[in-house]
Amino acid sequence: MSRIYAGLCIHFLIATCALAIPLACFGDTPVDFVRDVQPILAEHCLHCHGADPDSRQSGLRLDIFEDAVRGGESGQPAIVPRDLHKGSFLERVLSNDDSTLMPPPEEKNPLSKSQITTLQKWIAQGAEYASHWAFVPPEKSVTRQSDLHPIDALVSNKLASMNLTFAPQAEPSILCRRIYLDIIGLPPTPKELEEFSRDGIEKTVRRLLASERYGEKWARPWLDLARYSDTNGYEKDLRRDQWIWRDWVIAAINRDQPYDQFIIEQIAGDLLPNATQEQIIATGFLRNSMLNEEGAIVPEQFRMFEMFDRMDCIGKAVMGLTTQCAQCHNHKFDPISQDGYYGLFAFLNNTYEAQSWVYDSAQQRELAQLRSDFAASDERVRAVRGNWVGELELFAQRLIDLQVAWTPIGFHQLESISGLNHPVQLSDRSILMLGHRSADVFFVAKGAWQGTTGLRLEVLPHRDLPFSGPGRTSTGSWDVLELEVLLRPPGSKEWNKQTLVHASADYSQPEQKLDDGKKSLGPVAYLIDGKDANAWKADRGNGRRNQASVAVVQFTQPLECPPDTEIKVVLRMKDMLGCCRLSLTTDSAPTAAPVDYEAVRAAAIPAASRTAEQQTALFAAWRKSVPELKALNDEIEAIWQRYPTAMTSVLHLAQRADVQRRETRVLLRGEWDQPIAEPVQPHVPVALHPMPSGQSADRLAFARWLVDARSPLAARVAVNRVWQAMFGDGLVETSDDFGTRAPVPEHRELLDWLAVDFMERGWSQKHLIEQIVLSKTYQQQGHTSNEILDRDPKNRWLARGPRFRADAEVVRDIALSVSGLITHRLGGPGILPPVPQNVLDYNYVYPDYWKPATGAQRYRRTVYGFRKRSMPDPVMSSFDGPNGDLSCARRSRSNTPLAALAGLNEPVFVEAAQALALRILRESIADDESRAKVGFLLCTARQPSELEVATILGLVAEQRQRVAEGWLNPREIATGDPAKLPELPGQCTPQDAAVWTLVARVLLNLDETISKN
Amino acid sequence: MKNLQRMDISKLTESMPLSRLPARQLSRRWFFQDCGIGLAGMAASALLASEASVQGANRALAPRQPHYAPTAKRVIYMFQAGAPSQLELFDPKPELTKRNGQLPPAGLLDGYRAAFINPNSALLGGKFPFVKHGQCAMELSDRLPHLGSIADEICLVRSLHTDAVNHAPAQIMMNTGSQQFGRPSFGAWTLYGLGSVSENLPGFVVLTSAKGTSGGASNYGSGFLPTTYGGIPFRSAGDPVLYLSNPPGIDARAQRVSLYTLEHLNRMAMERIGDPAIEARIEAYEMAYRLQTSAPELMDLSSEPASVLAMYGIKDLNEASYARNCLLSRRLVERGVRFVQLFHEVWDQHGDLKAGVTRNAEATDQASAALVKDLKQRGLLDDTLVVWGGEFGRTPMVQGGNDGRDHHNRCFSLWLAGGGIRRGYVHGETDDFGFNIVSDGVHVHDLNATMLHLLGFDHTRLTFRSQGRDYRLTDVHGKKVDALLA
Repeated sequence: MSRIYAGLCIHFLIATCALAIPLACFGDTPVDFVRDVQPILAEHCLHCHGADPDSRQSGLRLDIFEDAVRGGESGQPAIVPRDLHKGSFLERVLSNDDSTLMPPPEEKNPLSKSQITTLQKWIAQGAEYASHWAFVPPEKSVTRQSDLHPIDALVSNKLASMNLTFAPQAEPSILCRRIYLDIIGLPPTPKELEEFSRDGIEKTVRRLLASERYGEKWARPWLDLARYSDTNGYEKDLRRDQWIWRDWVIAAINRDQPYDQFIIEQIAGDLLPNATQEQIIATGFLRNSMLNEEGAIVPEQFRMFEMFDRMDCIGKAVMGLTTQCAQCHNHKFDPISQDGYYGLFAFLNNTYEAQSWVYDSAQQRELAQLRSDFAASDERVRAVRGNWVGELELFAQRLIDLQVAWTPIGFHQLESISGLNHPVQLSDRSILMLGHRSADVFFVAKGAWQGTTGLRLEVLPHRDLPFSGPGRTSTGSWDVLELEVLLRPPGSKEWNKQTLVHASADYSQPEQKLDDGKKSLGPVAYLIDGKDANAWKADRGNGRRNQASVAVVQFTQPLECPPDTEIKVVLRMKDMLGCCRLSLTTDSAPTAAPVDYEAVRAAAIPAASRTAEQQTALFAAWRKSVPELKALNDEIEAIWQRYPTAMTSVLHLAQRADVQRRETRVLLRGEWDQPIAEPVQPHVPVALHPMPSGQSADRLAFARWLVDARSPLAARVAVNRVWQAMFGDGLVETSDDFGTRAPVPEHRELLDWLAVDFMERGWSQKHLIEQIVLSKTYQQQGHTSNEILDRDPKNRWLARGPRFRADAEVVRDIALSVSGLITHRLGGPGILPPVPQNVLDYNYVYPDYWKPATGAQRYRRTVYGFRKRSMPDPVMSSFDGPNGDLSCARRSRSNTPLAALAGLNEPVFVEAAQALALRILRESIADDESRAKVGFLLCTARQPSELEVATILGLVAEQRQRVAEGWLNPREIATGDPAKLPELPGQCTPQDAAVWTLVARVLLNLDETISKN
Repeated sequence: MKNLQRMDISKLTESMPLSRLPARQLSRRWFFQDCGIGLAGMAASALLASEASVQGANRALAPRQPHYAPTAKRVIYMFQAGAPSQLELFDPKPELTKRNGQLPPAGLLDGYRAAFINPNSALLGGKFPFVKHGQCAMELSDRLPHLGSIADEICLVRSLHTDAVNHAPAQIMMNTGSQQFGRPSFGAWTLYGLGSVSENLPGFVVLTSAKGTSGGASNYGSGFLPTTYGGIPFRSAGDPVLYLSNPPGIDARAQRVSLYTLEHLNRMAMERIGDPAIEARIEAYEMAYRLQTSAPELMDLSSEPASVLAMYGIKDLNEASYARNCLLSRRLVERGVRFVQLFHEVWDQHGDLKAGVTRNAEATDQASAALVKDLKQRGLLDDTLVVWGGEFGRTPMVQGGNDGRDHHNRCFSLWLAGGGIRRGYVHGETDDFGFNIVSDGVHVHDLNATMLHLLGFDHTRLTFRSQGRDYRLTDVHGKKVDALLA
């Protein structure tokens, strides 16, 4: 063996004098393809010689052994295993001629000498290929030292190979604070520090994991990934109600919902059998995308942008793969083709952008009561009218008989007068109006309008509208100020306005006068009264608001128009309609029956084919038509009046109706308006585990596939993220990318062990966290020698414990907590923090709702802070909180003067300093030394050294003197108001409060206070 | 605690810099690996160069050498949000005027997507006469007399085009090279590539006038680059930098002593723990303290002579205005700030075109030109790149009545000056209607590639790896436009 190598080496040295490499090198330590070679190929070769056939050069593929050995179009093998002077691969890599050198010099991405050596070693050792590690399902490796915690066994193996050992365990108080910050995101109180020394680690960990504060802490990384925000983004950046989804995440984490279920419910909860309100809320996950409401947009463009965003989010959050590249072209490094991208896309594409009401538990009980009351009343109706079945069908038949033949108009031009909205006509000729809410639309069609007597306006629900609409307001309500019809004969430039008469509707709400009687809402006659002050409105109130309505108007005489006459229908609205359809008839004297239009539509459907909702609508219309049922009908109406107003609402996913099924197509260069003709069926990439056969390839199947136990990625990605939250960096540093370009983790076996264990333990995050906290690896002290810092600056090897500045939310929560200001309450709408006026003023649309919270609400945990995308919270963003533009798997960790200024001067931090001062005065005996110790302990969880105490006392002494000399106004420092007295404990003076406010401000900004040590 | 003594506050003065305490010898390697910066694409020599200049742990902002010798060392980008009408300002179209009120010729609009209007709307002639300026005989609207006076200094591009046709995506496109949110802004890329040379001010400062922009904070954000590279707004009202003022009642001395105490305590932690991040934090607080002086000093124009104020057209020293921001830009670059970006969101003239453009030109023309002159007088223009432009152009077709124009992405105009830009030159040509580009089209990516070139970067090599991909400002596009270079 060695002789062969020696021969090869000599040959090689002669061939390439430039590279002097010791002979022994090739027999040395074995080259690991995955760790050593694949990254080089991925970085330097595969963009032209990889999986993507479109960009492949010379037909040569280097990512697969058989192809590399066979070679490309030249027919010559690129790689000959164990032979260093055959094969074009090494020849080209070592070439002295720029015209043949690989990678091509113009790419300015040359191989380093050591990389070339690695490639040579690899080929000399047999050029063995292996699958990318992250695409092979994880396995638990055997840990020999069975007395050790499995994490420690794996880490110590690694450390031993580096001639390193574990650092000592951190001091108990530091460790206690670390555990508190990691599990609940809040520092321990002095009393809790004592409890910790009594209870020990295990008991403390279990207690903390059971605390509701745990979910508030651990929701945050998922909210980052989900790009959660309380506004829509883009120019208008209007408010959205989505906090119930955020609360769902907190609750799911608190109850330790298995991670696989956590994912399935968020991606397809609505498709689970008998989906609950909670499971529908869960699908709000993918609806956290930004939503453009700018004037004149084409809504489909931005829906596609939302879809790209959803793909990006699932890629980062669940799959740990970059999907973005494949939006435009086949992935150059990872095995996701463009077809594969749109295959995944197709699973998600067939959804409505739905919004639904959310009822709290009391309201849900109330609703259950209502349903039972309705059922009882209906039962009584049926009892009173023994022949109700026959009567109802007779009624249905009467409705059918009243119907005339309507022909929906196909318009060739659909616009808004302002240009702000671009309506679209769907296949059933209904007109959908998403995008900007502009209340002045018109539609133009061309034809010969012969004998046309009337026009019908159907106001229709659509699930892309809030609560199915049909209107665009925040409740789905709508009105129509004026309906106009104009005609233009062929060749003419003039539009002739037609007189419309006899407006009728299925329903008009009781008349409502506004503006001292100047405006009026309700009667359908207002549709054609020629006055924009009055409007037709058919709001049936809570529970019945979001349904279809119809109005019919007549022409004074039948239209007799020559061919190619243009008809223009204008709708002017205050509260815009979202969906409607316009039809014409030649029937004489058409009117709308005064029967709810839903019932009219239901009547046309044979009894056996009606849905429950259709049957209910018909039943209600029938009983209302029976005069003898007046008393019962009044009773039922009274029940409707009790229908609750929902607590809030949620944006979520809903599966599109079959008739509105949306096909997915590959987009050329990823451009939203460049689809290729052939539709793509939903499918998963071949490089990953297959989808179980025989299942319908729907969104639910996709969700289950994502977290299938055979998935090589799901568990690895999840445990890595938990590790990242606790150690500052993941075992795979690029926690959003486990592809071939990701750095191969130093502790691959550990990652795999954790991943398998995670699945074996029912995907329990709480168990995983407990495992980690109980390891020696986690409990090491965070500081180390300069030597180790030099060798391993990023703590890849884990020869020390984690130490880093806490996340933005934790930094603020620490200040609120140690000052005693914090208010704990689970859930609820976003809390508006104080924001400087000059920040509020600089919005495209001024957020006039921004009234900062006061009192206890102001000091709620930061996870509840309102997030406005175009105006990122100044405190959060200066401590690296992301602004929700897109999915974020790991935050950067900066150290900026802006963060320093926020910590020193931002009002809530200042209020925390003032409150901490009073707490220090309250909780210590009346001498400054004991106060210094109490304050220091509160903030850092440790006793200060003598020198630290002395340093604090130096500040105290000088500022006491200055207060006494009148340089400083103690009341102003202690309360912010020069005249206001702080609430002083016992013997303390305003001077004490002022001086200790100054100290508290310093303590809150200590590196140790805002860091996890 | 071998290095730290009991602190002696009595010797402190307010003007004394904070950091007088001995810094612990830091691990050198930490600087190179742990600042969270992968300097993909940066030359090895650049790394070596920065090694020498590392003073503290905020190495992310340490000055760095670009790929090759730059002609521009800093940038002032005057972003005219809302999209100024090229037909009223930069691109004279006599034929369009002649055909005012007529429908566009058949075929011109095939496949065209307008934002608001029915594309088949009547043509609208430019509202203003154009005047020739300078030796280069550059034609500019009579609304821009001051720009005319520096015509020989500037390069006017009449053939810029972009992909987006709505404001927010188009502003994001101009500033980050992508219509989709989440990418770093041009300023952030610049800071990432070059670092900061300003001792007392941030490296990337944003100045705003008029209302908030459509693109919001993402117009100057750091995207996936570390937060440190994002633009920092300096505000005209209230604290110029957020939370700059001490809380009520805390005077300069109390602040000085408080921060000294903080530093002292943090140094003790550094001694004990040895985490270089503590050193970085100490520096951040020190910089914050310096900002408390330097930012108000910067914003205070009272030391500027009346002649300078007059040149910019500033009447009230303290009143927020575009003109004031132009003068502040000069003061910022004088103090070493690498990238200054102005945002002025006023130009969306769907209606009120004539009066609106007149009003906006009056508010911006004099000060924009004054900035170029001022930089030149001070010898700063040669290595400062100045850019003036918006996110797209406006249609030759009318919108509503006869006094408005819709969004138009097929061509628009922008001017540049200084920093190695060709002087007195008009680049590109549009058709008789100002609808399509006839020659020398410049895509946003081409413009960005060219500007990066002036800063010394090959735009294909200034990259940052995120999610396994080496991202660039120019995505996978862009070609440097040599004709724009001096």
